Amino acid sequence: MLNFNLNGGDVSVDAPGDATLLSVLSDDLKQAGPKFGCGLSQCGACSVLIDGAVVRSCQTRADAAVGRSVTTLAGLQENGQPSVLQQAFIDEQAAQCGFCSSGMILVAQSLLDRNPVPTEADVRSALNGNLCRCGTHNRIVRAVLRASEV
Amino acid sequence: MNKHVMNRRDFLKVTGGFLTVSFLLPSVVFAQHAAEGELPGDLADHPNLSSWIRINADGTVNLFIGKVELGQGATTAVGQVCAEELVIDFSRLHVTAGDTRLSPDEGTTAGSQSMPNCAPGVQQAAAEVREILRNLAAERLGVAADTLTIADGTISAGGNSVTYWELVSDQMLNVEATGKAPLLPVAEHKIIGKSIPRIDIPDKMIGRHRFVHEMTPDGMVFGAVARPPTYKSKLVNVDLAPIEAMPGVLKVVRNGSFLGIIASRQDQAMLAADALSKAAQWDIVADLPGHDGIFEWLQTAESEETEWKNTLQPDAPQGASTHEATYERPYHMHGSIGTSAAVAQMGADGTMTVWTHSQSVWATAAAIEQLLGLEEGKVHAIHTEGSGCYGHNMADDAAADACLLAAAMPGSPVKLQYNRAGEHQWEPYGSAMVNKISASLDAKGDILSWEHHIFSTPHGTRPGGDAGRLLSGRYVEPPFEMPVPSDGGPPNFSATRNGLANYEFPGERVVTHFVREMPLRVSSTRGLGAYANVMAIEQFIDELAVKAEADPVEYRLRYLKEERMRDVLTRCAEAFGWDNFEKGRGKGRGIAIARYKNYAAITAVAIEVQVTPRNGLVRVVRAVAANDSGHMVNPDGIANQVEGGLIQSLSWTLKEEVKFDNARVLSTDWASYPILTFSEVPPVELVLIDRPGEPYLGQGESAQGPAGAALANAIADAVGSRIRRVPFTPDRVKAAVTA
Repeated sequence: MLNFNLNGGDVSVDAPGDATLLSVLSDDLKQAGPKFGCGLSQCGACSVLIDGAVVRSCQTRADAAVGRSVTTLAGLQENGQPSVLQQAFIDEQAAQCGFCSSGMILVAQSLLDRNPVPTEADVRSALNGNLCRCGTHNRIVRAVLRASEV
Repeated sequence: MNKHVMNRRDFLKVTGGFLTVSFLLPSVVFAQHAAEGELPGDLADHPNLSSWIRINADGTVNLFIGKVELGQGATTAVGQVCAEELVIDFSRLHVTAGDTRLSPDEGTTAGSQSMPNCAPGVQQAAAEVREILRNLAAERLGVAADTLTIADGTISAGGNSVTYWELVSDQMLNVEATGKAPLLPVAEHKIIGKSIPRIDIPDKMIGRHRFVHEMTPDGMVFGAVARPPTYKSKLVNVDLAPIEAMPGVLKVVRNGSFLGIIASRQDQAMLAADALSKAAQWDIVADLPGHDGIFEWLQTAESEETEWKNTLQPDAPQGASTHEATYERPYHMHGSIGTSAAVAQMGADGTMTVWTHSQSVWATAAAIEQLLGLEEGKVHAIHTEGSGCYGHNMADDAAADACLLAAAMPGSPVKLQYNRAGEHQWEPYGSAMVNKISASLDAKGDILSWEHHIFSTPHGTRPGGDAGRLLSGRYVEPPFEMPVPSDGGPPNFSATRNGLANYEFPGERVVTHFVREMPLRVSSTRGLGAYANVMAIEQFIDELAVKAEADPVEYRLRYLKEERMRDVLTRCAEAFGWDNFEKGRGKGRGIAIARYKNYAAITAVAIEVQVTPRNGLVRVVRAVAANDSGHMVNPDGIANQVEGGLIQSLSWTLKEEVKFDNARVLSTDWASYPILTFSEVPPVELVLIDRPGEPYLGQGESAQGPAGAALANAIADAVGSRIRRVPFTPDRVKAAVTA
């Protein structure tokens, strides 16, 4: 059994310890958010937070989460409402397909936690490891900056 | 070389009609301008109103459409025209898109056709429903229909009112559209023309939306495919026992050279498929020209020549000089961030249900029926969103593979998602192309004649109801033959899309050399031939402007006669500050324009670059795009598509090339096929020109060519010489600097 905290609640999963954290989150815990994009830590679509730090869940063993706190996209909501950052993404319409959004938002949240007032260059640098194919980069940057101004 | 030459007369015999696109009036291609009593767009194919719209007792309205959400915002924009004409609040609407048993079959969601064809059909259907309801209300309230007013589904006269939901049951809409219901005057529009936020975005930002990749039906198992090492491989021998003994493996499926895994967990399925691929012995054929050889190959392979236009004047004056150039475009990937996926389940009643992000659910369902030997109608395909789609990627293959595996384990829902190499190496790419243009010029550098030769492999191999176009269909036993693809003619064209210049020259000849053989798998990729053709035309005219010592904007305007195009080009240049641009070392500017398909959306792009001569690095400092997509339904949606297309095109043009040797594709991941990153994306300024009352032109693809060409022209301006082969990697730019 793998025991850890997911989005503020304790969970217990019957899965192999060497399974990817992504597969446990997606298929055992039915989280809509972290995505399989490459399985190689190259695109960032699978990004989640463990104890507030970004990890690529496609290349992280599930047992690495044991005893720790995992945050997925749904876990950022505050009282069932979109968080400030999520609302900023909605307000800026900062998506086309939205497949990369979960990873983008979690990496951006981690940036804002460390650096509440980032410059545009800080945001671009923080998101450089997250790939977007629709060409929505500038809207995503605007959304993060907008959230930092709230 | 054995070339079949098809001249214009042959072509007319075949098609019975179109000479060149200049003969195409908008009414031929734009549904909004249907003649009175004719049904616009896809309503003509599905005239029954209940196919499209259902009014529910709870005050909600269902809209059923056959065009699907690909990340382009189509469901929101089409919903807007529906809510507008029905006179209901947008929030009452629920859109169901692309279910083969619920939605009208509108074919493939492609070619920027959702707004030109789906939206006008829906708009007319909604107007018809509104008029039926108005007449019912008149009867109910005992007043004349023209005394009634409608607001958010409530019809009123004097102090009395009745709502749509009180008036109607679904049965009442089981009537055919007449084409006579009037559309609301543009001046009264309250929803069309507004940037209504996308209906799908909020749930995607909070982890509530489920892409097909995130479906978790009860009892789900996981599939994976073990592909051959190369395209032309045959399975000789494989020992399945060690694979069957791997952790979590439930079943190994072998059918000819098709090998698949069903396992309890996704990572187990992927690991087993990898091991199976390596354990199998394959016969390999190594006969590919390689990425450096492809351009020579394209010009020497057996091809079919078609002369699409010839207005060269036999008695034209002898030019003072000539200029010619050859441009090369490599294979490009769609490169969706999510690899393709599907869920399939064989039901007890013999129905195979498949949840798929296919663009063509009906035709793909038919192809899968053929693949599995099922009767017509036995595959029920339900469109479920996937990662951003920019053309025919592997969505259909994933659907077929999930069905092949689900057929081997009836009752269990099988989810399948390819690994990254499985997508990178096997997706159908945008075809490599070669464009050769030559021109004859007078003493002042003005164009006397223009001749354009286009060399390309196919751009359209969608399933189209044929199992031979599904990747795995070619590996099962007996294999399905891949049908021979053909080139597309006017008005949309395929390899020749945008091959005819938007300019008016005294003489123009355009010939396509269509190579049917496909060294690499190819199919529709955002813009088809338009990207390479616009790249070539817009670079060549820039070269001519430089030769004539003319300003590139002014030189283009000499030949650009269409007012709307002139307007777009001029406004793009103004917004960019073209006339005040100050050149510096390594600094350059470039501009380009095209009207997509020569009749649809118009986009001009201007770009400033800074090149570092020492290492050939190109920084795109800023980009400006002006766009005319006709009457704008959702301006923010258009902005998102123009900017997104522009940035994607910069990525293609600066960085992307599918590498391959004599047997296999070498671009297997994002390290070997890099794309543009956040720090490389320039700021983009947009000028959107609205044309109220004009047809919706659709805006998915018009930025691809102009963005790439503007970048090429800016780099040439910065370094003083031209690189005619995409991508403009630092080594090529550095070589151009020292040239």
